Amino acid sequence: MSALRLVLRTQPSLRAQLLVPLVAVLLTLFAGSIMFTLLGKSPLAAFYAFFIEPLTTRYGIGEVLLKTGPLLLIAQGLAIGFRARVWNIGAEGQLLLGAIASGALALQFEMSDSKWVLPAMIVVGTLAGAFWAGIAALLRTRYNANEILVTFMLSSIALQLLYYLVTGPLRDPMGMSFPQSAMFGDAALFSPLLDGTRVNTSLFLSFIATACAWVFVQRSLPGYKLLVSGLAPGAARYAGFAENRAVWMGLLIGGAAAGMAGVAEVAGPLGLLQRNISPGYGFAAIIVAFLGGLHPIGIVFAALFMALIYVGGDMSLVSVGIPNASTTIFQGMLLVFYLACYVFVNYRLKRSGAEPAASRSTEVATDA
Amino acid sequence: MLDLLVFVLAGTLAAATPLIFAAMGELVVEKSGVLNLSIEGMMATGAATGFVMAKVSGSAIVGFASAALASALLSLVFALLTVGFLANQVAAGLAVGILGLGVSVLIGKNYEGTTISPIEKIDLGALSELPLLGKVIFAQDPMVYVSIASVIAITYLLKRTKLGLIIRAVGESPDAANSIGYPVVLVRTCAIMFGGAMAGIGGAHLTLSYTPLWAEGLVAGRGWIVVALVVFGTWQAPRIAIGAYLFGAVSLIELFVQGQGFAIPSQLMSAMPYIITIVVLAIISRNPRVVRLNHPASLGIPYLRNE
Repeated sequence: MSALRLVLRTQPSLRAQLLVPLVAVLLTLFAGSIMFTLLGKSPLAAFYAFFIEPLTTRYGIGEVLLKTGPLLLIAQGLAIGFRARVWNIGAEGQLLLGAIASGALALQFEMSDSKWVLPAMIVVGTLAGAFWAGIAALLRTRYNANEILVTFMLSSIALQLLYYLVTGPLRDPMGMSFPQSAMFGDAALFSPLLDGTRVNTSLFLSFIATACAWVFVQRSLPGYKLLVSGLAPGAARYAGFAENRAVWMGLLIGGAAAGMAGVAEVAGPLGLLQRNISPGYGFAAIIVAFLGGLHPIGIVFAALFMALIYVGGDMSLVSVGIPNASTTIFQGMLLVFYLACYVFVNYRLKRSGAEPAASRSTEVATDA
Repeated sequence: MLDLLVFVLAGTLAAATPLIFAAMGELVVEKSGVLNLSIEGMMATGAATGFVMAKVSGSAIVGFASAALASALLSLVFALLTVGFLANQVAAGLAVGILGLGVSVLIGKNYEGTTISPIEKIDLGALSELPLLGKVIFAQDPMVYVSIASVIAITYLLKRTKLGLIIRAVGESPDAANSIGYPVVLVRTCAIMFGGAMAGIGGAHLTLSYTPLWAEGLVAGRGWIVVALVVFGTWQAPRIAIGAYLFGAVSLIELFVQGQGFAIPSQLMSAMPYIITIVVLAIISRNPRVVRLNHPASLGIPYLRNE
């Protein structure tokens, strides 16, 4: 007989919703310090190198903002699907498709100085990302194929497609057979935003996406309907919103956002197509979406923190010799702690032996 | 030609073995009503732990045992989240999967790219010398036979034993199972840890026999193919095993095609397992009756005991 047990709240606790990400971050930092100690590093020095040092230089802050861009953009798109329980875990592949399509366009117009090259790349890349996710939507709605597995498999296929293109059709003919394309022309690149950093104007795309997501979720009917179909399938049917449309919208929006992030990568810091385009932004954005409580504003803070983990990982690898796997472990721990704490949003602890519980095993309202 | 056939058939058995171990574990987990998507991370942790421990101790048995233990411990984190804290199972699977991938790199970091002598193939004398059959059936490493035994054991467990009945009851209707006195939380936790141990053994087979080396990212999506295999096999152990052998064969065709010098891009061949997974998944899932018949009714739904 345990002394305490969980009881379903009558409605999700707002206070808990705000506290959960903070507690998850604190627990991650705490567990991280233990990990650093086990690795034989001074926890304080490692902690400083990982989380503080990147923010002490102009370049470091620039890097954090640079990595915030794609994470924020993708997470905003994914969160809309996740709210409806449409599990797109293949944003990484959708990002690659966006990069490939826009990159191919840029290479086609290498010599052009038209101001329309970049906008056309954004459009083409966004559509390519949506197309890749759309395959999963088609298979789910028509053949009932699980979108979690299909989106993941499509990611792996996209990576092989990229490898093929940069070693074959799109390889730079003058490039000494390196597996990469020629450099894009200047018209195909985002312009720099802050001197002394690599931040570029593509960051605005992420801000615009955030504003759109906020309006979509908070104000508009389709956003509301997606939310409902996620919360209760029966209620959604009552609202006249077919599950299939939720699947299509959830996946297409997520895919479009990821595709756009792919454009921002190749037309931003990279400037060409190569084998390594994304350091796992598509997967990290899943964590960002959850850590942000699937809320457009929360996701902004989550994306900043995740970007800091990326930059901290890179920098502390050099300065204190922390293994680069730490970044992955931090990402995993963040989501683990978040999910563990999230139980208190929908449940409260209660001494057993008192009045009987109100509810039985049910699907919990908001997810995660 | 005969040599080639032996190579393909023997290779198929070996390539399918890690998938079978992990899939048998995942089958039991899903039958108990829990969807564990962290197989990839658990296989990676098992692969790294098994490799390092076998290398340090010089014993493959120690390697497999520590791999099972390490992945079972990792799956305990997943069990805590999903069974204890009622977390969304998809998200929890992703979280623990990412954690496992990170942990595997950390465990194997001093051994990156190193090799190990693979576990010895059995030698049954005259039997192993038989043309074709000998090399394919009677000269594999012991874990290949253990994996086949596990398919038979899991089939028997789920279909014929009281424990199997309890696991299935918990997966179909945890409320009903609870009301007739079955410990839902305990059953699910044990199932998850069993699944973790099996994924760990599967991962260790990769590094101790199949490759046999450790490198970051060596599991290469197999954990996700395992999850798909359970769907392909419509939650029935023998069918899952057949699916695993088909995938084993596909992964060998890649080597074969390259060896014969066909003008097919190697990347297309590398993508083939994923393409086939998607196609088969669509074909199997389009018939809702087949899926619904064997799909555990409460799969993916958190359970809170009502006292």
